[in-house]
Amino acid sequence: MRANYVIIGAGISGTSIAYHLAKAGETNIVVVDKAYLSNGATGRCGAGVRQQWATKMNCLLAKASVEFFENAQNILNYPDDLEFQQEGYLIVAVNDEEDQHFSKSVDLQNALGIPSRKITKAEAKQIVPHLNTDAIVSATFCPSDGHLNPFKMNDAFYRAAKALGVQFYFFEEVKEIVVINQRIEKVITNKQTIETHNVINAAGGFAHEVGQLAGLDIPVYAEKHEILATEPIEKIQGPMVMSFGKNLYCQQVPHGNFIMGRSTPGIKPSHSIASSWSFLEEMSKTIMEILPLVGNLRVVRQWAGSYNMSPDRQPIIDEAKELPGFYMACGFSGHGFMFSPMTGQLLTEIILKKPLSIDISELSLERFKNATVVAYEKLVV
Amino acid sequence: MNKKDIIICRCEDITLADLEHLLALGYTNIEEIKRLLRVGMGPCQGNTCGQIIQRELSKYLKKPLEEIPTTKVRPLSIGVKIKDIFEGQEHES
Repeated sequence: MRANYVIIGAGISGTSIAYHLAKAGETNIVVVDKAYLSNGATGRCGAGVRQQWATKMNCLLAKASVEFFENAQNILNYPDDLEFQQEGYLIVAVNDEEDQHFSKSVDLQNALGIPSRKITKAEAKQIVPHLNTDAIVSATFCPSDGHLNPFKMNDAFYRAAKALGVQFYFFEEVKEIVVINQRIEKVITNKQTIETHNVINAAGGFAHEVGQLAGLDIPVYAEKHEILATEPIEKIQGPMVMSFGKNLYCQQVPHGNFIMGRSTPGIKPSHSIASSWSFLEEMSKTIMEILPLVGNLRVVRQWAGSYNMSPDRQPIIDEAKELPGFYMACGFSGHGFMFSPMTGQLLTEIILKKPLSIDISELSLERFKNATVVAYEKLVV
Repeated sequence: MNKKDIIICRCEDITLADLEHLLALGYTNIEEIKRLLRVGMGPCQGNTCGQIIQRELSKYLKKPLEEIPTTKVRPLSIGVKIKDIFEGQEHES
C-alpha cells in the first residue's frame, strides 16, 4: 500500500491532525493505532480544558483550542453531544508563594485575552460552596475553562476524518520505519507495509519509541498518572477544582460522577498503567482536606494512563530537522487533549508550509539542543 | 418487544437499540462500546451488562462466546466511600 501520510496513534492528537490535513485537501492519509480508538491517554484523561497557564505558548494554544471546542459539534457535524461545559477552573493557592505566582500568571493570561481573575477565599466559597477555604490562601478563576467528553471528542475527529476519506487501521502496531538517505521510505506494521515519505508521530506515551524507529532521540518519556471516578449524584460542583500545592484536580462531569486525579511524586518513567492502592489513600487524604463533602461518595473505578512528558512541560509540534517528512506532536505533558484542535491545525500548517496561525517556534525539537530553555511550565498536576 | 424498551445496562439506562445502533456504525469492540455508551461504567461496573453485551456481540459477529472479550476489569471491586478509605488508613498500617 502507498500513502501520502502515515499518522501513528489514533488518540486525540492523531485524529485531529488527520481531520485537519484532510480538511486542507490532502488525500491518502492513513492512521495506524496499536489498539482500539481512545485506548491510550485520550481515553484515560481527566478531560479538563483550561487556559490558565504560566507560559505564553500554553496559554495561546489553550485559548484557541477552547474557541474550537465551543463550535466543535457543528464544525465536525457530530450527531451526539460532546458535553462541553464551561463552568470554569477554580485553581486554589495553598501558600503565599503560590499566591504570588498566580498573580503573575493571571497578568500574563489577561494580557493574552484570557478572562481569568484572582479571587478571595470568600469568592471561591461562593463558586464552590463545599470548598474548605481554611486550607487555601486565595484562588484564581477562569469562567470559560471547562471540560468535555474525551471519548466523544476523539470519536468526533475520527468520524469527521473518516468522512473526508482518511483510512484507520486499529489493532495494528508500527514495528519499523525504513529511512534511506535521510528520507522516509516505508512504515512496516505487524500487518502490512505502507510506502510513504511522511510520518506523523502522535503516539502519546510511546512517542519516544516511535522516534527511535526513525533513528531520532526525542527527549520525551512516559509517566504514569492515576485517576478515579465516583458514583454519580445530582449536580453540586460546576468548575474543576485544582491545586498544584496539594496535587489535585477534581471535577463533577455532566453525567454526575466526580473524576479526580493527582500525580505521584518521584515516580520513575515507565509505560506502567497499573492502578495502585497508595493512590487511593493519597487521594482520599487530599479530598478530605480540600473538598470534604465529596468524601461521602463511593469510588466505583480507578485507572491510570501515561503523560508524555517533555523537559519543559510544553509540547513538541515540529518537523525533525534531521529527517524531513518526520513530524511530531508529542510531549504534551498531560495536556494533549485540551490542545488537540490547535495541534491538528498547526501541524497541518507546518506540513503544508503555510503561515502559522500561532508562532510556535518555541515548540520546536531544536529548543532542547540549546543550553537555555526559554520557559518552563510550572502549572502541571 | 421493541428494542428501545429492552434495557441492557441498568446503571446507565442503555437499550438494545442503542447497542445495535453502534454495531451498525462499525463499533464492535467492547472497549469502544463502553466508552461511547458508558456500559460497564456505572455502579455495577459491568457485572450486569457485561455478559448481555458479550452475547449480543457473539451473535452479531457470528463468533463463539469465548472469542468475545469482556471489558478490562478495574478496581475497586465494590464501591467504597472516599472517607472510609481515608479513615481506614488510621487503623491499618
